[in-house]
Amino acid sequence: MTPDQARHVIEEAVARVAPDADLASLAPDADLRDGLELDSLDFLRFVEILTERTGRQITEDDYQHLATLASTVKFLAGG
Amino acid sequence: MPALGADMDEGTVLEWLVKPGDEIHKGDVIAVIDTAKAAIDAESFITGTVEQLIVGVGETVPVGAVLAMIAEPAARKAAPPQPAPPAGEPPRQAAPPEREPEHVPAAPGRPAPPISPLIRKRAHELGVDLAGLRGSGRGGAVTRADVERAAARREPAGAGARSKATPRARRVAAELGVDLADVTGTGPDGSVREADVRRAVSAGEAAPAREPAPAAPAARSGAERARSMRQAIARLMARSKREIPHYYVSSTVDMASALNWMHERNRELAVSERLVPAALLLKAVALAARRVPGVNGYWVDDQFRPVEAVHLGLAISLRGGGLLTPAIHDAAELPLAELMSGMRDLVTRARAGRLRGSELTDATITVTNLGDQGVESVFGVIYPPQVALVGFGKVTERPVAAGGLIGVRPVVVTTLAADHRASDGYTGARYLTALSDLLQKPEELL
Repeated sequence: MTPDQARHVIEEAVARVAPDADLASLAPDADLRDGLELDSLDFLRFVEILTERTGRQITEDDYQHLATLASTVKFLAGG
Repeated sequence: MPALGADMDEGTVLEWLVKPGDEIHKGDVIAVIDTAKAAIDAESFITGTVEQLIVGVGETVPVGAVLAMIAEPAARKAAPPQPAPPAGEPPRQAAPPEREPEHVPAAPGRPAPPISPLIRKRAHELGVDLAGLRGSGRGGAVTRADVERAAARREPAGAGARSKATPRARRVAAELGVDLADVTGTGPDGSVREADVRRAVSAGEAAPAREPAPAAPAARSGAERARSMRQAIARLMARSKREIPHYYVSSTVDMASALNWMHERNRELAVSERLVPAALLLKAVALAARRVPGVNGYWVDDQFRPVEAVHLGLAISLRGGGLLTPAIHDAAELPLAELMSGMRDLVTRARAGRLRGSELTDATITVTNLGDQGVESVFGVIYPPQVALVGFGKVTERPVAAGGLIGVRPVVVTTLAADHRASDGYTGARYLTALSDLLQKPEELL
């Protein structure tokens, strides 16, 4: 998966979890959960959608890589 | 007009979902009622035939007013008056239920049988809203066939049934008098977003079908809703602090075994089936309320009325501000996985404005969890007529001394605000100790 594809998947996931959140205004290294006001259930749904769209197994140990937009892109694109 | 929450004194009929002649069952959603806090699906408390709708769409009436006449099946002529609020009285137009409904936790009735996770999952896949579904299984249970039938019924063009739309799109559509069914959605899964509604209006594809006039009442607009929600919260919380002598106890609970157990379990599960710490906390709250029943129930008519079932109220913050506190019914009996899916379902529906009346009226104890907001602890304000509120802060790693050694362990500060009329500090302390003990044996929470 290319970084652009990864970014697209993340945008889609955010749009579904928090339709009113504005991902574009968030700095790439800002905390995703704080910045978008995602609670633990929103975050679970976010991970669920990333898994569906990428086919990638994401364990709880991987959550640390999903802290920011930049790190999530890197994680999804990095394989 | 049912009291859909202790803080409600009047309501507006937004929509009737039944008409005279319809057979209805206890628990069926029969009307959508707009309250200060949200539009709520109101359920019938009796089974029978709708004879007459008394309050028209758009009319606002006080709690306790008769909304409709419903004839009970066997006893058409001399049906005993129903004490339960919604759906009013049998045909004899009995006097409206005596005023004071705000003190009476609406007789909970038998909540619908729990819906199995598999069926929930299927409903989720098909985009079927379980809240609106009438079950054909034993005791009114929703079956897989019910879900699939509902999906099939909705298939043709989604007319009639609620189209998928964001809450904001619904509000705007209501304000502009637009029928969502006429709007093409560009959101995920074709859901309608605010921009779609505005585009549709300017393109004339969905000309305001009807005057946004009193004849077609809209749920309150965003700003109006925020104001009325604030006022409702203000009234209830002021009443709580005026009438309830709160006392508080707190305890720092070691979460290491509970979280280790949860992570181990989650490792084997698909994301959709994973637990979050809040699910363990809720189950422990419910089981502890079983062990120490002095905190579970209502203060009514100058006495404490304990309740055997534990209906767990969840304080759910809404994205636009304000909060709702719907309940998970019979939480102590629910397997952990179902409690988790019930919590997800409730949060989703609270934010989408799809709660049912019974969920807003019969909580026996409420939980507020501000851990996701990063605070260490929260000492809450009790929801009258309940007598206790449990608060959780953030789970954080702290140095903890155990067995003469210092280690780093995850801990959470748990608090209890309780009504001193109903219980004493001794009971509150026993409650938090029971809660802590339960969290040390997570396998027992299953």
